[in-house]
Amino acid sequence: MPLITYRDALNQALREEMNRDDRVFLMGEEVGVYNGAYKVSKGLLEEFGEMRVVDTPITELGFTGVGVGAAMVGLRPIVEFMTWNFALLALDQIVNAAAKMLYMSGGQFPMPMVFRGPNGAALQLSAQHSQAWESWLAHIPGLKVVTPGTPYDAKGLLKSAIRDDNPVIVLEGEMLYNTKGEVPDEDYVIPLGKADLKREGDHCSIITSGKMALVAMQVADQMAKDGIRIDVVDLRTIRPMDVDAITASVRKTNRAVVLEEGWEICGIGAQVVDYIQRDCFDHLDAPVLRVHQADVPMPYAKGIEKAAKPDVAKTIAAVKKVMYIES
Amino acid sequence: MASRKKTDNDTALNRSLLHSMILQRRFEEKVAEAYALGKVGGFCHLYIGQEAVSTGILSLLRDDDYVLTTYRDHGQAIVRGMSPRSVMAELFGRIDGCSRGKGGSMHLFDRHVNFLGGHGIVGGHVPIATGVGFAIKYRGGDQVCICFMGEAAVNNGAFHESLNMAGLWRLPVVYVIENNRYGMGTAVERASSIADMHVRGDTYSMANEVVDGQDVFAVRDATQEAIDRARKDYAPTLLEVRTYRFMGHSMSDAASGTYRTKDELEQYRKRDPINLLKGKMQADKSLSDADLTAMEAEIGATVQDSWDFADASPEPPLEALYEDVYVGTST
Repeated sequence: MPLITYRDALNQALREEMNRDDRVFLMGEEVGVYNGAYKVSKGLLEEFGEMRVVDTPITELGFTGVGVGAAMVGLRPIVEFMTWNFALLALDQIVNAAAKMLYMSGGQFPMPMVFRGPNGAALQLSAQHSQAWESWLAHIPGLKVVTPGTPYDAKGLLKSAIRDDNPVIVLEGEMLYNTKGEVPDEDYVIPLGKADLKREGDHCSIITSGKMALVAMQVADQMAKDGIRIDVVDLRTIRPMDVDAITASVRKTNRAVVLEEGWEICGIGAQVVDYIQRDCFDHLDAPVLRVHQADVPMPYAKGIEKAAKPDVAKTIAAVKKVMYIES
Repeated sequence: MASRKKTDNDTALNRSLLHSMILQRRFEEKVAEAYALGKVGGFCHLYIGQEAVSTGILSLLRDDDYVLTTYRDHGQAIVRGMSPRSVMAELFGRIDGCSRGKGGSMHLFDRHVNFLGGHGIVGGHVPIATGVGFAIKYRGGDQVCICFMGEAAVNNGAFHESLNMAGLWRLPVVYVIENNRYGMGTAVERASSIADMHVRGDTYSMANEVVDGQDVFAVRDATQEAIDRARKDYAPTLLEVRTYRFMGHSMSDAASGTYRTKDELEQYRKRDPINLLKGKMQADKSLSDADLTAMEAEIGATVQDSWDFADASPEPPLEALYEDVYVGTST
């Protein structure tokens, strides 16, 4: 199987789906002539033309609304945000329009569209460019939220998102675009709402998603050297969440750490812990711990930026704690 | 201000325009009655006084054109061809309402007549209408999209971002500012740095015009030019239609007293769009008293029928609560 980058996996997904369905088009800042701020849309303008690869002004609220309108009358827009931080300007369209149109029209207007772009922190981009928005977006009924962590998942999930008749949020990662993995050349999709067991173990569960799935796998690999077997549940989709995968893992291991990129308060981990306490109360041998970003805006300086981020060391410490291992 | 009257000697047309305006008026008077009785809840914004705008503009559309509007949407929904029954049932919160009782007054939708809502965030639907224009051009069609908004919307970012893209990409959208002089209780002079809303179109290389919104013929003339421009050249237009609402902002505020005087209201009432057309038709003898009585009786029966239908329709069943959040299919 070819080894390609996460960026190229997304590019394949876009190209394949645009070839498959001429209602699908891509719009956003720098997606065309510039080939994408992160080169995800490389070559697409040349292949599909400017009606289907639309360079927009820097006007997130406006062009996101254009996507909503196009979806209302049967096109299948993919709206790219240069980063999800800029998408805050478009939240009215995502939350008040796309997520609610089907419901408030009594089922008349589905919104077959995708909102995608990099999410979370990269390196030294400081406060306004280093935020993980999963919990904000997953809070909204009417939206689906996916967080691919690997190239294989990126291609399969984006293709499913494009084919879905609901508005789907795809949270990518700037730090993931260069990562490599095995990705089939051919057409395949990964169903939305299905978690993936990235590592199998019976000592402790790590429940995670997106970029943090890579951290969790590193943790599992390192701890395996000490004979500690970690079950890594990569949720892949945050909404709808694969609760069965979470509970199956925790019932097997009896211990869990929930690892997420974003902040603690009202974060994704809080929801996961709630599912665990509801469905696995009698199976737990220790309180569930969470690993997340420090409760501060992201700083610029390297040392304190590192201190703010969830990482392998913090996750290992949490696993040891729920396993009552002295470190 | 444009007040040309090219199209006012066609008796059949004039009767249909008058019928359209009176139907909206009587329907909304009935809505006010239902609101007072608690049969209609939530926010409810009446259109009374502005009927020449909806009638003038929508009477020129083809079936395959599109319409988006604000939360002051009852009149436009009916003129566009939604049944008074389905609109009244929606206002009553019943399962036979156009939006199955889930939208209410502010969210009327009917895909069968390309009525794309009924939107509750000021300015929020303007980018959406722009996207409909984009889709028309994407498919190489010759439809137009009409986007109604109040004059208060033109101060927000969604409006400016939309007009920039429509001007830049040449999209077949007619943006209609219904300048009724008040954004809720704030007079236009207290909210906008300029008095002439339509000149904002110049900023986005967009044809623009100001029109007397109480004169249905003036509205139609300007609209026809805008529609031709959109169908022929994918060119957008910004129309400022000067009108006035005779009621409060919503059912919860008085028509006058707080932010505008009774005298002002009375002055504007003298230019009631229905009376202007009626007076013209009576003067040129194209409408007899008997004609008018018959028209009022027929409209009264239609409106009463919509009430009876809505009243008899069941509330949405509990299982409807979780329906329509997602669609289950994918392509």
